[in-house]
Amino acid sequence: MPYDPLMVQPMREELTQVGVQELLTSSDVDGFLGDKESSALVIINSVCGCAAGQARPGVALALKHAKTPDKSGTVFAGQDLEATSHARSYFADYPPSSPSIVLFKNGEVVHFVPRHMIENRDAASLAKELTDAFDTHC
Amino acid sequence: MGTFHQDKGELHGITVVVDTTGSKVYIGRCDTMTDQGIILLDVDEHEDGKDGKSKTDFIQKAAKFGAWKKHEHFAIPKDEIAFVKPLGEFAAG
Repeated sequence: MPYDPLMVQPMREELTQVGVQELLTSSDVDGFLGDKESSALVIINSVCGCAAGQARPGVALALKHAKTPDKSGTVFAGQDLEATSHARSYFADYPPSSPSIVLFKNGEVVHFVPRHMIENRDAASLAKELTDAFDTHC
Repeated sequence: MGTFHQDKGELHGITVVVDTTGSKVYIGRCDTMTDQGIILLDVDEHEDGKDGKSKTDFIQKAAKFGAWKKHEHFAIPKDEIAFVKPLGEFAAG
């Protein structure tokens, strides 16, 4: 059952305030990921304290890097159910994981950070992994 | 480590590998760890040798990509547990 939207709103804003686009419907997801000629970062946001509490600041830090994806978007697992399910259909070979972070290039997954690789990690360490991936693929 | 639910053990909320003294190994999110055993959520399991994959093969693949949920929850008694470790610890190997 989704959490109270008021409780979740600050977790959404941690990403939208750094320019990440919220994808609230399947149509939003298709509009965002349908373009196969760019690099795109997708964050599966979550209320999970062990992992998402570091994922969001890690992403925010990474997006300050000199080289970043052409665009970044987010769905909220457990909240925006349809959009999250549809976003996962674009990387269906990977087990569902929330939070998780996916980097696409030309429609293909080129880097995936599942939840267990975020748990108990600090934001700077996660940002380093992401910026290394940006330098390689973007 | 984990979130601050003092009654659930320090691994609460963390994705863990639970190897058993038998042929099975489990990967899931730790809910509760007590003197009686462990309760996992969103659990994948593997039997040593199934589909030509050892327990180690299964753990290493999960460490890279994550685990597929086969059970909503699963309880493993303490006397069947060989070890419990965060899945993230296997990712670098």
